[in-house]
Amino acid sequence: MTFDDLHIASILVSTVRNAPVLIFAAMAGLFAERSGVIDIGLEGKILASAFVSAAVAFATKNPWYGVAAGMLVSVALATLQGYVAITQKGNQLVAGIAVNIAMSGLTFVVAQYFFQQGGRTPDLGSARLFDVVLPGSDAVENIPFLGWFYAHLIGGHSVLVYLAFLLVPVVHWVIYHSRFGLRLRACGENPHAADAAGISVERQRYLAMLIAGVLCSFSGAYLAIVQSGFFLRDMSAGAGYLALTAMVFGNWRPFHTFLGCLMFGFFGAVQIQIEGVELPVIGRIPGSLIQMVPYVVTVVVLAGLMAKSVAPKALGTPFVKSR
Amino acid sequence: MQPAVEFRGISKHFGAVKANTDVSFAIAKGSIHGLVGENGAGKSTLMSILYGYYRADGGEILLDGQVQHIRTSQEAIRLGIGMVHQHFMLVENMTVLDNVMLGTEGGFKLAAHRAETEKKLREICDRYRLDVDPLATIHDLSVGAQQRVEILKQIYRSANILILDEPTAVLTAQETESLFEILRLFKEQGKTIILITHKLQEILDITDTVTVMRGGRVIGAVPTASTSKEELANMMVGRPIENNLPRAPYKPGAPVLEVRELQLQDKQGVKLLRDLNFTLRAGEIVAIAGVSGNGQSELMEILSGMRLPTSGQLDYQGKPLPFAGRHDADGLPLAFRELGIAHVPEDRLRDGVIKAFSVMHNTIFGYQDKLKNRWGLLDFKAIARRCADLMKAFDVRPNNHDLSIGLLSGGNQQKVVIAREVLAQPRLMLVGQPTRGVDIGTIESIHTQLLKLRDEGVAILLVSVELEEVRALADRILVMCGGAITGELKIEEFDTTRIGLLMGGMHKS
Amino acid sequence: MNNHDLPRWATAFVMPVLNLLSALLVAALVIYMLGESPAESLGILINSAVVNPEGLSYTLFYASTFIFTGLAVSIAMQAGLFNIGAEGQMYFGGLGLTLAMLAFDSSLPWWLLLPVGMLGAALFGALWSFLPGYLQAKRGSHIVVTTIMFNFISASLMNFVIVKYLVPAGEQNPASRAFADAAAMPLLNQWLPVLGETPLNISFFIAIIALVIYGVVTTRSAWGFKLRATGLNQHAAHYAGIRISKMIITVMLISGALAGLGSVNAIMGSTHYLSLNFVNGAGFVGIAIALMGRQHPLGIFLSSVLFGALIQGGFDLSLEKPNIPIETFIFIQGLIILFCGAMENFYAPAIARLLKRKG
Repeated sequence: MTFDDLHIASILVSTVRNAPVLIFAAMAGLFAERSGVIDIGLEGKILASAFVSAAVAFATKNPWYGVAAGMLVSVALATLQGYVAITQKGNQLVAGIAVNIAMSGLTFVVAQYFFQQGGRTPDLGSARLFDVVLPGSDAVENIPFLGWFYAHLIGGHSVLVYLAFLLVPVVHWVIYHSRFGLRLRACGENPHAADAAGISVERQRYLAMLIAGVLCSFSGAYLAIVQSGFFLRDMSAGAGYLALTAMVFGNWRPFHTFLGCLMFGFFGAVQIQIEGVELPVIGRIPGSLIQMVPYVVTVVVLAGLMAKSVAPKALGTPFVKSR
Repeated sequence: MQPAVEFRGISKHFGAVKANTDVSFAIAKGSIHGLVGENGAGKSTLMSILYGYYRADGGEILLDGQVQHIRTSQEAIRLGIGMVHQHFMLVENMTVLDNVMLGTEGGFKLAAHRAETEKKLREICDRYRLDVDPLATIHDLSVGAQQRVEILKQIYRSANILILDEPTAVLTAQETESLFEILRLFKEQGKTIILITHKLQEILDITDTVTVMRGGRVIGAVPTASTSKEELANMMVGRPIENNLPRAPYKPGAPVLEVRELQLQDKQGVKLLRDLNFTLRAGEIVAIAGVSGNGQSELMEILSGMRLPTSGQLDYQGKPLPFAGRHDADGLPLAFRELGIAHVPEDRLRDGVIKAFSVMHNTIFGYQDKLKNRWGLLDFKAIARRCADLMKAFDVRPNNHDLSIGLLSGGNQQKVVIAREVLAQPRLMLVGQPTRGVDIGTIESIHTQLLKLRDEGVAILLVSVELEEVRALADRILVMCGGAITGELKIEEFDTTRIGLLMGGMHKS
Repeated sequence: MNNHDLPRWATAFVMPVLNLLSALLVAALVIYMLGESPAESLGILINSAVVNPEGLSYTLFYASTFIFTGLAVSIAMQAGLFNIGAEGQMYFGGLGLTLAMLAFDSSLPWWLLLPVGMLGAALFGALWSFLPGYLQAKRGSHIVVTTIMFNFISASLMNFVIVKYLVPAGEQNPASRAFADAAAMPLLNQWLPVLGETPLNISFFIAIIALVIYGVVTTRSAWGFKLRATGLNQHAAHYAGIRISKMIITVMLISGALAGLGSVNAIMGSTHYLSLNFVNGAGFVGIAIALMGRQHPLGIFLSSVLFGALIQGGFDLSLEKPNIPIETFIFIQGLIILFCGAMENFYAPAIARLLKRKG
């Protein structure tokens, strides 16, 4: 394979299709962390909702019931995390790691119990969510570049893809231009100030965790129902941690986090395409090294070598009223 | 006309501590009222009751002649009481506008209310000359401007009674003058202001009436015009203070510590220490008196190596202290200990001990490297013996060195800390609030111990807010206010009025 | 929650046991819902992991690795650092071990190869933990996120290194060549034939020695004193003259080295070659062990054996009861981390009330 065989077009389309897993999870993490609660448990919530949504979608032959079921499970886990962090004032990092590890095991076990297929769920066949085909896609099909751009890059993706992309400006608006977002940010930066202003910090944080649960469930549903059509063991493959990374990389801001998600989606797409391709001068780059890049970039960001990464000030500190 | 605020017989206790006893006085509407007192006088408690943080045990509060039960700070706000705390309640990365709107956003969508609020804020700023841009972000503002934002918040919430808690602690002279201009404008508009302060000049400059509290009681409530600074100082600290503890005659030796033009500025440029100059000799106790928060804590941190000064010359036994070339103080206290400087910190639980460690472990805390053998292991037999001797000599109870120190009473914890530092046979001992949270019997034994050290030739620098303690221990007294030394007295010159004046910021003139 | 108000016996014994039992109770519930009897499953597990001598041998074999990863996480935890990177540090340590073996296994005698291998493992493990430690100390970069990143980086990097450089020509298996026989840890079944064909080797004793050294250093040495002070109260530690940044970096280096040593048992004791993903979650088990064992040498030992038993017994259980696959024990691991770590003070108020009523 030569450099010419690198299909930029398919890389771009793949990027668009890889990003939603991260976008949903990153937006979920954003709500939690902006309220002051560290959410390392994105991975576990993704897995849990991936399994449940695939299982229920299969059982009911209706992908939307699957999505709803996935939402319930993810919210339950998020509430548990909230209980540990907010009411028990326990270690939020440990709680998140616990959720991830527990779900990694439990999803396999339950999948095995119900479906006897080696810890996966049966193929959903056609019971997957619909694709959005933009009007006139057939007509423009033959126009060079623009046709592809309209019909395949902008159009032709699953409905959840559009949901993910549209979510970003909505999240941005909620966080910066709504009352809920204002209070949320206050709880994450200076909970004592929020408390003095008459806001219940605990309630706000629980609500944030609830939203995180809902948003994160879409990530799992997307993985299982849209991308694969079934649940497979540990299928999240670190997406939860990547989403966290995108959030750190994006300085806890929705649009920048979104860019981070796109970047990781891009690297994921490149990695698959670049295997075996001879690049000029460098030769073949192994996929595994490409895979490494997002993580290295994050460490660089965390080291403060790129822009300064500023977390919400009260992140990770349980709120204890001073009076 | 009814007074804006009237206290009738307010009492409040916390356990055995009587924070307020039978406090009664009135504050006229449209006046600026000063509330003065040293640490522990009861002013903060009283204001907390007014603001709904605490509930009084006895007595009542009347607002505009009506008895009011203020159960929460939300109720206080509704009744028109606003409080500007010493530590601002601001979200740093949000705008002034958003900070003011927090809690009273007026709807799910912020946009509409934002425009309206911005307009209102600009009006208020104009009327009271607050000079704050509602769209500025808090962390871009100076400390003085941030304080004005807090004031703005209270006015926006229609506060008629504004309480300011030690507002000038973080302000420059210019900013203080601007603040007073604003307060005078408020007064003109019929608002009532309560100014909590210990700075006597401020009382004289701006207040119409003043209440002086001491030991939880009202000592005097007078119109400012009819009193003098001496009278105020006397009311604030004046009481018969005896000294009965025996000490050797005062024969100070060679200088141990020489401080020249010591300056400290924090990250925001606020001057915490201004041009300190003093000398400490062997065999003398120099006490730094003053209300807490005037730079004493920072001074102790610098002298113990826990913090770097901004500039200045500090010589210990003739040689400069090892600050040179460092960009942080990480590990520096060790060097200071090796030089023979011991430190009994003000906040023993935060700095001085490890609560979960046993008493025995705490007796070597800070000196652990001196007690290890060549394998790096601690010689616990020797440490236990040392500890037993120490506990006997200082009468630490209960006499069980395996107990975690968190279980001991405050007094016994303090004895352990002092014993530990004394055992290191220091040349210079820095002691901060040694009898805070300590029972009366232990106080005397600690004082006796410190005097003994002084008689043996140790140089001791004592920081204390308790004038009784200063009187009992000091050979010389330095008074600090606003980060500077306002005056110096020899112990024979001990005069509560004079000290009160110096504590209140009135330099010797 | 201030559990300094509770007596030591409550916080050191009663609460950890209650936490563990809570985790196991939830696990039992899940097993019951899977249609199996928890009591019966427990019986099979104990039989396989403890009663059966070969099973016990496997249990202790797994425990040998877990002791090292448990120590790695524990020592960092004592300084207040949450080292999630034991997984990557053990993986990278395996590389160090392998390079040492590939270089020397034909020239050095076994009694030199073993320590050289251990040195390589420890060195590379420390190398992998150095940067997260340095970044936390000097730049304030949160060690949890950086160590998680390094776990992922190690997975990719090792994939690259193994596939590109270590797989012998013509082989399909993503693994290095096998080491010479001299590079094998002596197996214990040489002296105890009842152990059968099991890989339990002298790493077990090395692990115990490591536990003892850890115990002595943390409780009896000046450095251990400073370590624990740093973890308990950084303000006071600064007052006491401890150099916080140096302590953080040092403890992370040691932690990484310990995690690296975990690879010695797995590779030199069992497989004798470096294979892809050989760590297989041992680093994360280390986290559960550190939390459950409360960073105490005895606690770490018992927890490691417990987890070894869970893995070994779980394996046999999964063969007998297909409804309880080995992944069930990953779930149990998560539960233990939850109850012993995040919810460690869950029972504190109840115990405090009980004690108040009695006293």
